[in-house]
Amino acid sequence: MSELPGDLQYTSDHEWLRREEDGNVTVGITDHAQSALGDLVYVELPEVNQEVENGGDMAVVESVKAASDVYAPIGGTVVAVNDALSDDPEAINNDPYGEGWIVKLEPSGDEGELLSPDAYQALLDDIDS
Amino acid sequence: MTKKTPLFDQHVAAGARIVDFGGWDMPLHYGSQKEEHHAVRQHAGVFDVSHMTIVDLAGERAREFLRYLLANDVAKLSVSGKALYTCMLNEQGGVIDDLIVYYIDDTHYRLVVNAATREKDLAWLRKQAEQFDTRISERAELAMLAVQGPKARELAAPCIDAEFRDAALDLKPFHGMDAGDWFVARTGYTGEDGWEIVVPAAEAPKLWDRLLAAGVRPSGLGARDTLRLEAAMNLYGNDMDEGVSPLESGLGWTVAWEPADRDFIGRAALEKQRAEGNVRRFVGLLLEDKGVLRDHQRVVVEGIGEGEITSGGFSPTIGRSIALARLPAGDYDRTQVDIRGKLLNVRVVKTPFVRNGEIRIDV
Repeated sequence: MSELPGDLQYTSDHEWLRREEDGNVTVGITDHAQSALGDLVYVELPEVNQEVENGGDMAVVESVKAASDVYAPIGGTVVAVNDALSDDPEAINNDPYGEGWIVKLEPSGDEGELLSPDAYQALLDDIDS
Repeated sequence: MTKKTPLFDQHVAAGARIVDFGGWDMPLHYGSQKEEHHAVRQHAGVFDVSHMTIVDLAGERAREFLRYLLANDVAKLSVSGKALYTCMLNEQGGVIDDLIVYYIDDTHYRLVVNAATREKDLAWLRKQAEQFDTRISERAELAMLAVQGPKARELAAPCIDAEFRDAALDLKPFHGMDAGDWFVARTGYTGEDGWEIVVPAAEAPKLWDRLLAAGVRPSGLGARDTLRLEAAMNLYGNDMDEGVSPLESGLGWTVAWEPADRDFIGRAALEKQRAEGNVRRFVGLLLEDKGVLRDHQRVVVEGIGEGEITSGGFSPTIGRSIALARLPAGDYDRTQVDIRGKLLNVRVVKTPFVRNGEIRIDV
């Protein structure tokens, strides 16, 4: 198991968040999530300017096996989507914390509890055991 | 408590992601389902299919029994080892299971039925066999490996006892033979050439290891499903079940109507359905928009009605999404599928989608 990036926050739904310097938040799914999903073949992205609620539907990632919802880890407005994923969904498999980012949100302040790297690692350890 | 095949340790050693499949701990993939899929289309892969149920039938009236039990007609079989694909129907014409029957001789047959339907199949077989005095023996002590792909036979041949090797290589498609206490058949569920090899459980790990050493790629249930979908081979429980007839499942070709005086279970119901007409279509679909077709999605045929996707997924060979679907009767080749509330365009295509490594549809 690879080490989790220490500069990110996580959710129990296996998403990660990066607080950017401009105040926006980049969101993707974790290495654990991409590994569990298997080879990704399609990503359904939200529209730019779409508003999402904390915990609401935000995107769908589809692997050869199944479709999975990606929930908004915080509330906000979609300011950018990773269009490159429409031609290369496997970027999420290959680089989940980098090229495989999914959306950038401008936070609305609608946030719940997020997990630190240590807390998320503990959750993964629980799943594995 | 899930069951394990004799190859469980091999799967774990090969890095399998293990899932519960009909009560069995089975490998879903060994890292990448897509790469396993491509390996079978372009080279060779091996699947553990030991969870499938092998049943041997013996009795003076075994042939008569199977001619009554099965919708296809074992009277077509006269060469030892020849296989026949067929449905086993209930009185209503619904499909209890689909299976392969191998002809050994007029008093001996071997059936390979699905794992998930094992108990009801055995119960049905035993019930129907009573009046035909036919012995039903489940062969749980046997394991089965499917070696599939254009290089499969060549790479697997050295594993076959030298005494039987040439004969095994000479097997025609859909024929099998005994090779000592092994059984080798040129059958499969991928749309590629290859063998299914039945061996005593204790010999399965060594055969598996030798195949891997020969360059055959271990392949899981995930790849098995996308391969069979591309080949437009039905999956029991998805594409047909006890509630639908073979005529509405793309399996009309497996029903032997002749001779007309052969009585088989479900015949009357099928004849009634055929006479009434308006039989639903069972078709292949290609998604023209971006997205992925999935099981149970709603298909909308404008002006005619609605149907349902029975098996849908992404085709690694084509790079597009494909599906099998049961749709209303009618003459049309364009429909739409409801994916999360959006209607996307799909085209009805002639199956198979892929066969022997080649894309067979216009994309």
